[in-house]
Amino acid sequence: MAEKNNTPVLKAQNLGIQFGGLKAVDDFNMEIGQSELVGLIGPNGAGKTTVFNLITGVYKPTEGSFYLNGKKMNGKKTHQIVEAGIARTFQNIRLFKKMTVIDNVKAAMQEKTTYNMADAVFRTKKYWAEEAALTKRAKELLEIVHLAGKEELLAANLPYGQQRRLEIARALATDMKLLLLDEPAAGMNPTETEELLEIINFIRDEFKISVLLIEHDMSLVMKICQRIQVLDFGTTIAAGTPQEIASNPKVIEAYLGKDDE
Amino acid sequence: MKMPKKYKRSYLLNFLGLLLLYGIFVAMFESQIFGTSTTYVKGIFTTACYTIVMVTSLNLVVGCMGEFSLGHAGFVSVGAYFSAITSNALVGKGIPDLLILIIALLVGGLAAGLTGVLVGIPALRLRGDYLAIVTVAFAEIIRVCFCNFEFTGGGKTMSGIAKLADFYWAFWIMVVCVTIMFMYVRSRYGRTVKSIREDYIAAAASGINVTYYKVLTFAVAAFFAGVGGGLYAHYMTAMIPTNFNFNYSAELLSEVIIGGTGSLTGSVIGAAFLSSLPELMRQFSTYRMLAYSIVLVLVMIFRPGGIFGTWEFSLTRLLEKFDRRRPHVQKEGE
Repeated sequence: MAEKNNTPVLKAQNLGIQFGGLKAVDDFNMEIGQSELVGLIGPNGAGKTTVFNLITGVYKPTEGSFYLNGKKMNGKKTHQIVEAGIARTFQNIRLFKKMTVIDNVKAAMQEKTTYNMADAVFRTKKYWAEEAALTKRAKELLEIVHLAGKEELLAANLPYGQQRRLEIARALATDMKLLLLDEPAAGMNPTETEELLEIINFIRDEFKISVLLIEHDMSLVMKICQRIQVLDFGTTIAAGTPQEIASNPKVIEAYLGKDDE
Repeated sequence: MKMPKKYKRSYLLNFLGLLLLYGIFVAMFESQIFGTSTTYVKGIFTTACYTIVMVTSLNLVVGCMGEFSLGHAGFVSVGAYFSAITSNALVGKGIPDLLILIIALLVGGLAAGLTGVLVGIPALRLRGDYLAIVTVAFAEIIRVCFCNFEFTGGGKTMSGIAKLADFYWAFWIMVVCVTIMFMYVRSRYGRTVKSIREDYIAAAASGINVTYYKVLTFAVAAFFAGVGGGLYAHYMTAMIPTNFNFNYSAELLSEVIIGGTGSLTGSVIGAAFLSSLPELMRQFSTYRMLAYSIVLVLVMIFRPGGIFGTWEFSLTRLLEKFDRRRPHVQKEGE
């Protein structure tokens, strides 16, 4: 494994959650190094999104713990985890639909804005300076995801592929160290997927961030992931390089079923 | 960085527009155009002023935050009583009337805002219908308490409040309140609260402390409801806790909805129109509520987003249209 000189960006130890009698995720271990791109795959209902929800604080883990840059993150609220440096996108796009594209991105920069209510009411110099800086930064991010020129459109009016990219821009706006992408290519055509691939590679190089990717598009996963971890029924059944995973009998069984003779 | 020029111009323009409007009102009343009913008409306008403050503040909750509050009268009543008690204590001590009024309104607003925080922290964990029920319950609690507390007159009419608010002051206080709320909405606060309205899970995943901003907005709305209540008290000079019952909350809410949830312009015009409507139709008093209900039903059928939707009036844009110059996208203005 590509161990870098310092602590892993994300480290999950025996992470698990139980809903009543159902162990949705059990004994989940993972390490993601600096600017590494790891894929998380598995059949439907394997618990991939649950892992995301655990790492982003939507669910509280019932077992185990996880660390961001060596800092324990258990029990923190979602917005605190985001502030610490984990941002995500959603499987079923969750944009601020009735807001403009640029406001979607600016909303995610909220925690880095410092002007207070008096500044806002009296429109002080600080207000104008910070708002201008936000706008500038938001435009830069929109350019990265190829959405320049769409700033004033309503998010709901964007085509599907662009909405997915806007979600990525919004996640980038939080200045995270680890980006969780939940099926970013779902519903995209090959050209759009190709564009997405470029964008993911670009932001990895540009921002030096690590990425954890859930994806069903195997060609995409095999192409960009350095390591892949496979989940089935909440447990890890395989982990390794794309080549190893592609030929792993357990993985093939999980996806295609067992040959019963 | 200094204020961009186009905004400076727009603010100045809006201010001049307001001065003009105020001038028209003053001229109207001073020239006794309404003859013997001048005082009466002035009264209707004053009612409109404080209703605008209350309705606009409720629109922060309903329009911007997307949550239904059916207990706004509770905050109005807290503001009304606390400001009345404050001014009663201050009157006759040689303090100028306007100063007393402002202090009283601030005290009333702060008391209501504080109540907003106290109610908001537990209540805003709930969403939608559940929150609506809790706010109804809260307003009822306030009403029952004020009916029994010694300092609020114990269910009797509280009278003899100094008449400090006339139309002229009410107008400017309304302008200040609406401007502040407008600036609040058009800043990072408004943006944040709107994003919570749109999708609270995504908002949290964008690093927004959802509970904090919801409670903050609720408190700001409660503050201005309290200020509106203070104006009410100092204009009416007498009040009874049962004035601020569920009907009053519902009335405020329907004014927000008719005007347009999310549009402060809609709230201002909706409140101005609907608060004076009952007075204008007094000769048909039997059919008044009927007409009101029909208006509500028609608006809901044909303009479910309210008459103005989320559209905001902009003097700058209007003048530009007359100017026939290229219209640019700009949303500032009252």
